[in-house]
Amino acid sequence: MLRPSTSLPRRGQGPLWRNPTVRALIVQAVLFLILAIIIGYLVHNTLNNLEARGIQTGFGFLEGRAGFSIPQSLIDYTSDSSYGTTFVVGLLNTLLVSALGIVAATLIGFAVGIARLSTNWLLARLATIYVEIFRNIPLLVQILFWYYAVLRALPSPRESLSLFDLFFFNVRGVVMPDPQPLAGFSATLWALLIAVVATLLFARFAKRRQAATGQALPVYWIGAAVVIGLPLIVFLASGAPLAWTLPELRGFNFRGGINILPELVALWLALSIYTAAFIAEIVRSGILSVSHGQTEAARSLSLPGAITLRKIVIPQAMRVIVPQMTSQYLNLIKNSSLATAIGYPDLVAVFAGTTLNQTGQAIEIIAMTMAVYLVISLTVSFLMNLYNARTLLKER
Amino acid sequence: MRESTFRTQMIEAREAPDQRRGLSGWLRANLFNGPLNSVVSVAVIGLLAWILWPFLKWAVVDANFLGSTREDCTGSGACWVFISARFESIIYGFYPAAERWRVDIVFALMAALVAWLAIPRLPRKRLVGLFTLVGFPIIAWFLLLGGHFGLPEVPTRAWGGLMLTLTVATVGIVGSLPLGVILALGRRSKMPFVKSVCVIFIEFWRGVPLITVLFMASVMLPLFVPGNVEFDKLLRALIGIMFFWSAYMAEVVRGGLQAIGKGQNEAGQALGLGYWQRMGLIILPQALKLVIPGIVNTFIALFKDTSLVLIIGLFDLLAIIRAGLTDSNWLGFSTEGYVFAALVFWIFCFSMSRYSQYIERRLNTSYRR
Repeated sequence: MLRPSTSLPRRGQGPLWRNPTVRALIVQAVLFLILAIIIGYLVHNTLNNLEARGIQTGFGFLEGRAGFSIPQSLIDYTSDSSYGTTFVVGLLNTLLVSALGIVAATLIGFAVGIARLSTNWLLARLATIYVEIFRNIPLLVQILFWYYAVLRALPSPRESLSLFDLFFFNVRGVVMPDPQPLAGFSATLWALLIAVVATLLFARFAKRRQAATGQALPVYWIGAAVVIGLPLIVFLASGAPLAWTLPELRGFNFRGGINILPELVALWLALSIYTAAFIAEIVRSGILSVSHGQTEAARSLSLPGAITLRKIVIPQAMRVIVPQMTSQYLNLIKNSSLATAIGYPDLVAVFAGTTLNQTGQAIEIIAMTMAVYLVISLTVSFLMNLYNARTLLKER
Repeated sequence: MRESTFRTQMIEAREAPDQRRGLSGWLRANLFNGPLNSVVSVAVIGLLAWILWPFLKWAVVDANFLGSTREDCTGSGACWVFISARFESIIYGFYPAAERWRVDIVFALMAALVAWLAIPRLPRKRLVGLFTLVGFPIIAWFLLLGGHFGLPEVPTRAWGGLMLTLTVATVGIVGSLPLGVILALGRRSKMPFVKSVCVIFIEFWRGVPLITVLFMASVMLPLFVPGNVEFDKLLRALIGIMFFWSAYMAEVVRGGLQAIGKGQNEAGQALGLGYWQRMGLIILPQALKLVIPGIVNTFIALFKDTSLVLIIGLFDLLAIIRAGLTDSNWLGFSTEGYVFAALVFWIFCFSMSRYSQYIERRLNTSYRR
């Protein structure tokens, strides 16, 4: 006969530390206390040390005169500008090299990733070798190699290597023609804007038409023709209002033209080649992740190869590729801080380097620098989560 | 009127498949199976001939390997004398010559432990693993630093070269793995405060570049300790590296934890096991095994990034070579120097990545087409 056991304690009757809710509270309180003590201790030490060394705290130093020059700046900057301006200059230089790197790394990465899946044995092997070499060598070594072993080994400006007498490669970087827009050039830009808007509207119209009638329009070809053709026609019709200042050798250096710093070129090359090796692997694994059944189903519907690729494989592969690709882009942006090793004036080299050395405001400057990267990372992660939610496999 | 859906005539027969075997058959199938592929193959062969041969000629055929001064470089190719003349310092840094046997012992011990852990057939993995994580660092610490048991002290200032690179990498690996496991568990905890502390910690370190972390370690950490305490430069860098990589490790481990079904944990609860017993005996052994490739990949990234310590003035392998390049007797050998540094790092990273692929294949029991 079953009798209710009276010896087992009911919930809430046992010792207090056996109660999960109470225990969770205790654990968290202890953790909070430990963290508070550690942080309090560190803050206490820091304040003492700052006082002992006579360092002022606060962001007032940003108003001070910088007094050093920066070899590359996208905004107006002289040595009379403030420390705050050095922050902006460095940030813009970081963004510049990151944007250039992202474009190049994506192009190279996709090419290499697709080449790895090629049926051509040699091409596939070559792509594999590329990936295995470049992703297993530290980025810093690659940056130093491109800078010191390749670009520093170029001839002096007087003996520059030239390409069509328009581009010159020498130890001081690359010199190229500088486009100077004349009056009336804005018409071309307006034409470009109109062409893009028109193409987008046309694409929407074509999509609706296809949904209604089943007939597809050649959107890509017409769109490409409009976007390239219209600005070109306007440009020529308005009398080609664009002057090029060509680089010219005067004495020991070049006059005119845009001079691209060798540091920028080296950093750009290294960042794109290194990141491309990772992107190639992502592209390859993304394409391989599309299950074989999908391509077989497409074939049994007798869809041609190109359409299978465009409508079946790529959209599904993108779901795998895009999130990993974004994290590679973030890595590239963070890795661009290695610029400081060769003296490219990026955020870390200028602001966390020279400005920090001059002002000694270590805490404020490091915090601002880290905050920049954190904001970029968190923004991109947030956008990525939105994208993931949108492209999530729609299941019942 | 529309044409019939059915064909009324036979389709022409396809050509029989190519039956040729051997070299010509292989070439036809893999390199020249169409006009486009043939063009690509020829282009690739041309490219290889254009790059590979001059490189080999420079690196091997026309190169000089042995000697002591730059006058020993008589060929038109690479001057590896630059490396061989300073090989000792590339390995040991400024470690006193009389004490280098201590470094050798640590190297040998490490090689033996790694080999033991890497070869699946050898027994007692758990014991050896525990020793690698706890015993080995202590032994290495006493041997390398000295100052006890009659060994003269060698300050970390004198450490350098490959030895320093391996030290930083080992401490980074040994420190970041347990820390990462704890952070990963904390991130999946149901206690809100514990969880948010872990999330903030992880996202912070993952959001900033390692360089700023090293800068922070070198300029900000001294402010955090009482003014009279001497804070070793290497130790500061190691703390930064450990925190930084533990965040990445935590995310890898979290991936493994998420892959373990809920039933495992519930079964453990039903047996009356406590949290640490469930984690230590049931969840973690399965989760860690799943993410071994990810962990090894993080090790590779960590190993590559040890080269960054040169920016805060530590003399690792790369920095020693760089310092050699500024020697006025040896100007102009940067290509040799950087190619050699790249080769050393590549050998380490490539073997680790091969190992991770091997493990992945071993653990992969899924159906393959």
